[in-house]
Amino acid sequence: MSMADVQFEDLPGLMGLMTGAEKHGPAATSTLDAIWVLYDRVLRATPETVEAQDRDRFLLSKGHGPMAYYAVLAAKGFLDPQVLPSFGAYDSPLGHHPDRTLVPGVEIASGSLGHGLPLGVGTALGLRAQGLTDPAVWVLIGDAEFDEGSNHEAVAFAGAYGLDRLHVLVIDNSSATHGWQGGIAARFAAEGWSTATVDGRDHEALYRAFTAEHPGRPHAVVARVEPKNA
Amino acid sequence: MDTMRDRFIDITTRLLDDDPRLALVLADISAASFAPAKERHPDRVINVGIREQLLIGAAGGLALTGLRPIAHTFASFLVERPFEQVKLDLVHQGVGAVLVSAAGSYDWPAGGRTHMSPGDVALLDTLPGWTVHVPGHPDEAEQLLRHAYADGDRNVYVRLSAHQNAAPVPVEPGRFTTVRKGSRGVVLAVGPMLDVVLAATEGLDVTVLYAATVRPFDAAGLRAAVQDTRADVVLVEPYLVGTSANEAHAALADRPHRVLALGVPREEHRHYGSVPEHLAAYGLDAASLRERIAAFMW
Repeated sequence: MSMADVQFEDLPGLMGLMTGAEKHGPAATSTLDAIWVLYDRVLRATPETVEAQDRDRFLLSKGHGPMAYYAVLAAKGFLDPQVLPSFGAYDSPLGHHPDRTLVPGVEIASGSLGHGLPLGVGTALGLRAQGLTDPAVWVLIGDAEFDEGSNHEAVAFAGAYGLDRLHVLVIDNSSATHGWQGGIAARFAAEGWSTATVDGRDHEALYRAFTAEHPGRPHAVVARVEPKNA
Repeated sequence: MDTMRDRFIDITTRLLDDDPRLALVLADISAASFAPAKERHPDRVINVGIREQLLIGAAGGLALTGLRPIAHTFASFLVERPFEQVKLDLVHQGVGAVLVSAAGSYDWPAGGRTHMSPGDVALLDTLPGWTVHVPGHPDEAEQLLRHAYADGDRNVYVRLSAHQNAAPVPVEPGRFTTVRKGSRGVVLAVGPMLDVVLAATEGLDVTVLYAATVRPFDAAGLRAAVQDTRADVVLVEPYLVGTSANEAHAALADRPHRVLALGVPREEHRHYGSVPEHLAAYGLDAASLRERIAAFMW
């Protein structure tokens, strides 16, 4: 497959090249539409700019089920699609959780839940401290990952600090054991964040939510998809 | 005399003016003292509140953007509470930070166990690549902090304590210093333990080595010291007993040797009181040390 004109419809084919993490399958497909829309239409990040200081950053915090992520990276030219079948093998750069030191364009090594958002806070602070007020920092977390207390440290701080170049994309597939009564967006809103909750399969709705203005405030997009165990 | 923590605040405040790469992350501890620095560098002096996981995670993120982060709070909250963040947000990301602690193992006995961290260096020993400085005097702390800030992107832990020696020792980062020469064996005094080790070994025919940097462990320095003595080594450390025993054994692996490790015991001492009372309870006062060292070497 040529990567020149890959469309969303081609991603399942790329994902099909990866086998061996079927237990994370629902986790992988839950993120597919949202990651695609981000990389296809929102993020200013390309294979040519992976080292550029003013690139946008996408931090996949929910490292479980990274097949959608790898498929999008392949579709966008960060990865050679020929490595996809090596997924999880000893010499493969593609683990069942991503490693930033092995894959160009992967901003953080993740897997242990609750680390991406604090790293995203530091990244946004670091860019601001260097006068780089333009690049956006996006962190993808899952609704069950939101259980981790470290996320709540980051949400409260970023809201109070007005860290407006920080963005969180929450993939909500109702997988949190005790759920989040009233919805996850309410937690962000209570800490002063701009929020939007959308259908995580609706590309236009995702795009509008991703590009909503949020002056002076960090922004959280909750993308609701079908429940994990439906 | 000022404390190591005072010196840390002074020198870091000054270096933030000079080095645009430095960024300081706080979790309320020492935040008031850094108010002037924050006023001058609002984007590089960041207080995240009482959020220690975020303290280390944010330091990792700052490092990912190319800055040199310094993270500071009490040792128990800097290393022990967010240990997974230290492991993943710094080491596993392949980035570095300088962690500067205060309070150590027994600085505030009246504060009780929650504010004691005798296991910090042993915990960092479970991770690759850390440099660990344990200065014994504010002058040494200043020198080692300057070195740590400029030490590329390495992960460096600087362990500051209210317990300190009366005078500084000329130190070279990463090297042990020979303070006294003898022939019956070597006593390695780490950081604030030097004064009490010198008092305990007064008149004894032993070499006293001084370590203000314990990781990497100066194996060559220890090997050189035992060339002139019996290969009997006593470690006197201001944190968990035995923390450097493996390093000493590894340094002397190719020759018969003995190692006696002294330090803060694993058992909790459910007493408040003062630093001298705790050192005596741990067997780390001069009289106890003299007895234990002499019993081992003679």
